[in-house]
Amino acid sequence: MYPASSRDRFNRSPISAGSVGKRKKRRFLLDDLQLVMLSLPSIVWYVMFCYVPLFGIVIAFKNYKLAPGKGFIYSLFVRSKWVGLKNFAFLFKSPDVLIIFRNTIGYNLIFLLIGLVLPVTLAILISHMHSRRLAKTFQTAMFLPHFLSWVVISYFVYAFLSTDRGLFNQLLRSMGKDPVTWYQQVKYWPFFLVFLNTWKTMGYSMVVYLASLSGIDHSLYESAVIDGATKWQQVKGITIPLLRPVISILFIMNVGHIFNTDFGLFYQATRDSNSLASVTETIDVYVYKALMERSNYAFASASGLLQSVLGCIMIISTNYLVKKIDPDSGFF
Amino acid sequence: MAAARKPWRFNQVSQAANMAISALFFALAVITLLPLVFVVIISFSAESSILQKGYSFVPILWSTAAYDYLRDTSNYIGRAFINSIGITVVGTAIGLVLISTLGYSISRPTFRLKKLYTAFIFFPMLFSGGLVATYMVNTQIYGLKNTYLALILPGACSTWYTIIMRTFFQTTVPDSIIESGKIDGASQIHIFLRLVLPVSLPVIATIGLFLTFSYWNAWYGAMLYLDSSHRELYPLQYVLVSIQNSISFMARNEEYYNSEVIKQIPTESSRMAIVTVVVLPIACSYPFFQRYFVNGLTIGAVKG
Repeated sequence: MYPASSRDRFNRSPISAGSVGKRKKRRFLLDDLQLVMLSLPSIVWYVMFCYVPLFGIVIAFKNYKLAPGKGFIYSLFVRSKWVGLKNFAFLFKSPDVLIIFRNTIGYNLIFLLIGLVLPVTLAILISHMHSRRLAKTFQTAMFLPHFLSWVVISYFVYAFLSTDRGLFNQLLRSMGKDPVTWYQQVKYWPFFLVFLNTWKTMGYSMVVYLASLSGIDHSLYESAVIDGATKWQQVKGITIPLLRPVISILFIMNVGHIFNTDFGLFYQATRDSNSLASVTETIDVYVYKALMERSNYAFASASGLLQSVLGCIMIISTNYLVKKIDPDSGFF
Repeated sequence: MAAARKPWRFNQVSQAANMAISALFFALAVITLLPLVFVVIISFSAESSILQKGYSFVPILWSTAAYDYLRDTSNYIGRAFINSIGITVVGTAIGLVLISTLGYSISRPTFRLKKLYTAFIFFPMLFSGGLVATYMVNTQIYGLKNTYLALILPGACSTWYTIIMRTFFQTTVPDSIIESGKIDGASQIHIFLRLVLPVSLPVIATIGLFLTFSYWNAWYGAMLYLDSSHRELYPLQYVLVSIQNSISFMARNEEYYNSEVIKQIPTESSRMAIVTVVVLPIACSYPFFQRYFVNGLTIGAVKG
């Protein structure tokens, strides 16, 4: 492809280019240039969709107003005034902030607790079924919700909860009770949301633990049986201790996302019902509504930035913890 | 595995416990699948039956009218179906190009910028500009409002998938293949296309599936970037969202009750028919693909 002389000049293998000690100082080779060219579109993508938006953070510190007829950059950097931390001050004075943080952290804590106990238990149980085939069938069935969007699931939910036609109200009527306007009753939704989240994620989390269960050396159980250990003692003495690193790592990683919620669950599955806002509005829902429905850039950008910063702190600190448990499992 | 095949059933739980566990998982499987079955039944119910009895597992009258309706409104929902397929195919293709080329580059131990690139793609996982900044930049600077690209580009690449790809190239593609290419004087681009890709089909398939499912299921982008005046761009998932919005809108504003809005809302069974059309391809295919999703998890976890 290239004349031999130029190939010799540029395309030398880096290992033969010098001793290992000098490797850091080696020149930028044709080989490197080709790799840069190869990955150029992806790098451009990262710049466009991950790095350029970072400049938008300044919206949180400005009184952003779109100047008519002018572009976004001009409006933001020239026309909009710096207001320092005022947007944040306003945000903290509004009563919304308490509710959205309570909802975000509250639901996530419940999801964490359930995610810690239930999938492990189910994985251990299903691994004890005699029929491998039946176990595989059940496990496959439970995996389905992982592949469904919250939009689709919201229609599933509506089939049960619709006031006029839903199955729940039909059952209530047939028992001679009054129908319930489910999408207006705040008291049921914390349970519904927890149930829905569990319903959607359970099959997947179970499979994750099943994968690590299958990695446990079988001879450990055999020797335990010879020593007369019961099933419960085997689970307590072998399975749980061996799963502990995986459990801790997944748990800690989820703690790192405690300020993030699944927008679809809280917005779509609840059909964006205004009556439910006090128990369904999380940071993500709030930011979306402030931006798209109220055009309140100050609140939207301030709460969004707060979420990003808190999330970043959480991920860095949880990653530190994960590395303490298992040095190979950290992200970075 | 060998132990399981032994005739004396070594270390198994008792028959009673087995029955109890089986019953539990049968119940869980039913709870998982029942809503889907329910929605499919509703989509095959006659509208009169729904009006009279509500949603039911045993409708008074069965009907395929909902599916005839979907075929009739080919300008709107049929178009949405084509949009969804188009977005999924194009998005997956673009995504695979971006992820595999980047994954290959950072998988080369000799690549001078390897460390820099790795840090560069990890940082967005830690910190992002947030929704407002992203939305503003995408609409005001890139002009993505009301375009197909708005539904394709922002989700095309992902650090997590790139890491899975990189780890596969590092662990599974033999270095000797790449070295032999270099000795023959081939460029990295040539090596990647002719030597590495053909032996990397498993990971290409895995990431391709991830992307296919996520594009098929995507609705958030459409919610952000599409206006109601651009119906012809709607993907199926967003058709469902917009129907739901119209219904909520009507419930809140009863004075519009007999106006244009109500005519545009598909019948009860037709809505469920759209859901069925969205879900059925997934429900029929995922049992064959699920092992890729499990594998993908473990591949990415290996540190390079």
